[in-house]
Amino acid sequence: MNVKIQFSEKALASVNEIIARYPADKKKSALIPVLHIAQAEFDGWLSAETMDYVASILEIKPIEVYEVASFYSMFNLKPVGKCLLEVCRTSSCWLMGAEDVVRFIENKLNIKEGETTADGKFTLKTVECLGACGYAPMLQVGDKFYEFLTLEKTEKIIDNLDSTGKRSTYNGWQTGKESEIIMNRVD
Amino acid sequence: MSKKLLLQHIDVPGINTYEVYRKQGGYKAVEKALKEMTADQILEEVKTSGLRGRGGAGFPTGMKWSFLAKPEGVARYLVCNADESEPGTFKDRYLMEKIPHLLIEGMIASSFALGANTAYIYIRGEYFYVHRILENAIKEAYANGWLGKNILGTGYDLDLYMQIGAGAYICGEETALLESLEGKRGNPRIKPPFPAVAGLWGRPTVVNNVETIAAVVPIINEGGANYANIGVGKSTGTKLISASGHINKPGVYEIELGLPVEEFIYSDQYCGGIRNGKELKAVVAGGSSVPILPKELILKTAAGEPRLMSYESLGDGGFQTGTMLGSGGFIVMDEDTSIVKNLYTFSRFYHHESCGQCSPCREGTGWMEKILKKIISGNGTLSDVDLLWDIQSKIEGKTICPLGEAAAWPVAAAIRHFRKEFEEYVTNPQNIVDVKHYYRVNNLAAV
Ligand SMILES: Cc1cc2nc3c(=O)[nH]c(=O)nc-3n(C[C@H](O)[C@H](O)[C@H](O)COP(=O)(O)O)c2cc1C
Ligand code: FES
Repeated sequence: MNVKIQFSEKALASVNEIIARYPADKKKSALIPVLHIAQAEFDGWLSAETMDYVASILEIKPIEVYEVASFYSMFNLKPVGKCLLEVCRTSSCWLMGAEDVVRFIENKLNIKEGETTADGKFTLKTVECLGACGYAPMLQVGDKFYEFLTLEKTEKIIDNLDSTGKRSTYNGWQTGKESEIIMNRVD
Repeated sequence: MSKKLLLQHIDVPGINTYEVYRKQGGYKAVEKALKEMTADQILEEVKTSGLRGRGGAGFPTGMKWSFLAKPEGVARYLVCNADESEPGTFKDRYLMEKIPHLLIEGMIASSFALGANTAYIYIRGEYFYVHRILENAIKEAYANGWLGKNILGTGYDLDLYMQIGAGAYICGEETALLESLEGKRGNPRIKPPFPAVAGLWGRPTVVNNVETIAAVVPIINEGGANYANIGVGKSTGTKLISASGHINKPGVYEIELGLPVEEFIYSDQYCGGIRNGKELKAVVAGGSSVPILPKELILKTAAGEPRLMSYESLGDGGFQTGTMLGSGGFIVMDEDTSIVKNLYTFSRFYHHESCGQCSPCREGTGWMEKILKKIISGNGTLSDVDLLWDIQSKIEGKTICPLGEAAAWPVAAAIRHFRKEFEEYVTNPQNIVDVKHYYRVNNLAAV
């Protein structure tokens, strides 16, 4: 296997900390958390090269990584926009207007659900219940939950994301100060 | 005021930090358990308390713990199920977000009782910000000597780790969760063997829900008998209810089991009634998997008794006229809601989440979604309703894990109680009116 990519030092430290959470002969247990880190490190998706790299780190066969990556809906096996907009569409959110939110975003960004804008900034996806049912409708972008959405609020959120131009993914395994933590839930 | 055992201090500023939690009496249950009690005594208290699993199935926790195999020289584990992905359920997230040390305290006391020296909290991947809160709280617990080697000088060692999932409802099923924790696809295992004998890495394991483990703290502090005095009959203690949908005050409420459903829906202390002055139409009382009930049957049993928030009362009448407490995901629908369209969101969910191992579930959930989609797009026929009924009846009981039932029951109940609406949908699709936010059937009298 000729793997060229490499985790940053910070990510590698997190990976090693996670591996240490399992018995020495059960390294494979670290696979899912490590794939999350890999996805955050390498542009928000898991290429074959990325998955092979993870396999080499955990000393398992590449197929063991592929079969897991393809099972879980949070792992993207294709490139996605810088900001992945995930709108919950299940019952409680639907009751509170999730369909309107989806339609609004489709019109605003001129894409359909599942598509990415031409400039690569946004991908729109509908997802199943994210455990925010009482704060519906809701939208997840990277590591942030935006709740009690209205169309006006949705518009503001997207405009703000647009102006920062940053990639919105989960930054690995960080822990933060309390104030940073609370900020990640946006009512 | 009804008694609170878990969320008692939830409004104390900073209760999510170690210092404040400790000042409010936190970690006393660990002190008591490790210093004054034996593992068997804790087990007895949990048995006496009558605590039942809060993850959905309601299995007595003390009994589950007593099944744990204890072969010499083999590690055993406590795994906390924080996967929380049953639609309508968000109580575990609330507890972990607001008062994470309560879960950690429960994990320590429970691990001690089970003789586990390593424990994991498996949390759903999407709860990113909760991961950070939990990681921080675990670090604080280590730093203050509640985790690690020789806790409180008692010689008891415990390592507690968080493990995150990656978006799969099925990983809430305990054996799928264990597969996932081992770094595999979340395919449920055939039982037996049960996790109590062969669980994580084939070793004896207890899997419990977040709320179940948190409830061990007041049980140790106040005694199992006092816990059992709260509630009604075999529904002892308090329960966290996640309330969502068309109510004035959605959110998480801790109730004493036995509270009348009517009071829960209409009292200002809880849901505060239906939004916009509308009428109640139906409720899914225990998460998406449990049968939906129309207003008449959720407020009163078929026998005319007031329906109570308890395992027995919600179950009264079986599936003909009753439902289940389930995970406590309480979804309320007002008079304008289309039961058919809501059911479609459920069926789409189960199709998306079927792991694909068993044909009846993998194929059946897809067929049900397809037929419902056909109906709501105005192309359904009366025979489609019968076909739906037929398919759901052929999934139930024919799969490795209960996801099959979870997908079948909502379909059966919606047809059982709202058949007229399905028929209206297929015979007069032009009468379906798009109201803001949801759909309704125009010419049906209030059902
Ligand atoms: C499809 C499916 C999904 C489930 N999801 C969850 C869940 O998200 N959280 C949970 O605690 N239990 C869930 N359960 C129940 C678990 O299998 C298990 O019974 C529970 O974690 C045991 O803990 P308890 O006895 O404390 O309730 C699910 C079961 C099934 C069949
Ligand atoms: S239904 Fe949308 S978060 Fe639960």
